[in-house]
Amino acid sequence: MNTGEKDWDKKGWKDVPIAGLITEPGTARRYKTGEWRTHRPVWDPEKCINCLLCWIYCPDSAIQVKDGKVVGIDLEHCKGCGICAHECPSKVRAINMVLESEAEAEDGEKVKEETMREGEEGEKERKEERKGEGGNEK
Amino acid sequence: MAGSLEQETVKFVAMTGNEAVAEAMRQINPDVVAAYPITPQTEIVQIFSTFVADGLVKTEFVTVESEHSAMSATIGAAAAGARAMTATSSQGFALMWEMLYIAAGLRLPIVMPVVNRALSSPINIHCDHSDTMGARDSGWIQIFSENAQEAYDNLIQAVRIAESRDVLLPAMVCMDGFIVSHGMESVKLLMDEEVRGFIGEYEPAYSLLDVDHPITVGALDFADWYFEHKRQEAAAEAPVAEVVLKVGEEYGKLTGRSYGLFEAYRLDDAEVAVVALGSTAGTAKAVVDELRQKGVRAGLLKIRLYRPFPKDAIVRALSGVKAIAVLDRSDTFSTMGGPVFIDIKASMYDLMHGEHGEHGEHDAHGAQDAREARDMQGPRIVNYIYGLGGRDIDLEQIRKVYERLQAIVATGETGEPVSYLGVRE
Ligand code: SF4
Ligand code: SF4
Repeated sequence: MNTGEKDWDKKGWKDVPIAGLITEPGTARRYKTGEWRTHRPVWDPEKCINCLLCWIYCPDSAIQVKDGKVVGIDLEHCKGCGICAHECPSKVRAINMVLESEAEAEDGEKVKEETMREGEEGEKERKEERKGEGGNEK
Repeated sequence: MAGSLEQETVKFVAMTGNEAVAEAMRQINPDVVAAYPITPQTEIVQIFSTFVADGLVKTEFVTVESEHSAMSATIGAAAAGARAMTATSSQGFALMWEMLYIAAGLRLPIVMPVVNRALSSPINIHCDHSDTMGARDSGWIQIFSENAQEAYDNLIQAVRIAESRDVLLPAMVCMDGFIVSHGMESVKLLMDEEVRGFIGEYEPAYSLLDVDHPITVGALDFADWYFEHKRQEAAAEAPVAEVVLKVGEEYGKLTGRSYGLFEAYRLDDAEVAVVALGSTAGTAKAVVDELRQKGVRAGLLKIRLYRPFPKDAIVRALSGVKAIAVLDRSDTFSTMGGPVFIDIKASMYDLMHGEHGEHGEHDAHGAQDAREARDMQGPRIVNYIYGLGGRDIDLEQIRKVYERLQAIVATGETGEPVSYLGVRE
């Protein structure tokens, strides 16, 4: 949870909208719910048959798809429920759930590169958004 | 009884508290009422439903399956931008519990008459203040009424108070079960146009139906933002007293009955005083008059705005009194006495220890002198818990309370701080 020092430059109580309202649509993608995760889905593009079952079932829209094909997993929002791994056909098993701590320690950069591969435009857009944000809008 | 009073000349009628409140609701003409019946509130909802059936109001009336749903539907309607109301009592009020906090946190100016009734167990349908006292920290504004007239007047004013842009908090208007809700009194009503003019058109601060300004209501709010939002809610309580005074004064201009934060009855030069709320204040006034005739400097402070607690004004009004008895129609079951007693004592701490007023200019020595002087002067305060489950409180009991206060003044001995009045030993 974001309780560290980085929160101190967010807006104070006098400046936040009344009643905890979110006054701007589509801001959920800026909220990094992925920090809650204990298990990380690790996707193997070699095995994937692009049936998109994981994409259909992911409750957090964290499976990234481009032109009908899985391109990665959005680990900033994936909460690690494991539904994607469960739904992935048993003969394929292209997604494995790995303990987050292990994934970070062992695969570290490699996992990050593979699973967070995003279209360059998407990444750029995100960075812009974060820059203009000036704190969570809630 | 439940017929329309929408004539042009009706102004002074015989009504029960419930009838008067239902009539006020008809005149307020809310967009939505979602309610569930419970004794002794039932008549309010039943009478109001006949107004709906007869087409006398434009209200969307939602019959729900519980009070939890009643408050939920009222919150939903209010969040959608409606002027929304409900009403309840006792167990029903308790069932609303989690939604009460949500109404306040969402800053929805819902107005709700509550007919005070004891809480189970043991089961009881009669008056005490246990139900609403439990919600004194819920963030709702709480206004208590002495009689049917006040219940009617308070309900109309509560709309203005709750909806004030400086406030935006839900408000409950409390009246004593049966004593006020079912007792027939003469009530002076306003004309429909007067009520509508006084409360004005409702302009919600936000609305889920405003598609041009889409919002999310009730989003998850973690450790990084929740505190800021609750701090903001706490700040909304600060201007309430001022708004209550302004609205009470304006209401006075319209009706000749102006209202303050509390009523100070013969309190100016009082040496002994009772603090009470609800119908008991009326009984206490009769005792005060009696005692005054005998030359006793007796007074009464009747609390009207209980939440937020107008502590500065109350301290000022009571600071000259030598002995105070706080009458609580509920217990906190904490060995600390009743809720009003705890609040009054806490408020007096500042007075007695120099935190209240101009002490800032004294040097260290002077400040201590002033503190000592105040320590000596601070009123003695005792508590009586009375009337639970509708147990009558009569003149004789209140006379005894004043007698004790006089004895405290004479002897300087306070004795037991918390006593139970009118219970068999
Ligand atoms: S673990 Fe759950 S949240 Fe994460 S990608 Fe798979 S289905 Fe979505
Ligand atoms: S369910 Fe498995 S095979 Fe199907 S798209 Fe997702 S990862 Fe690929």
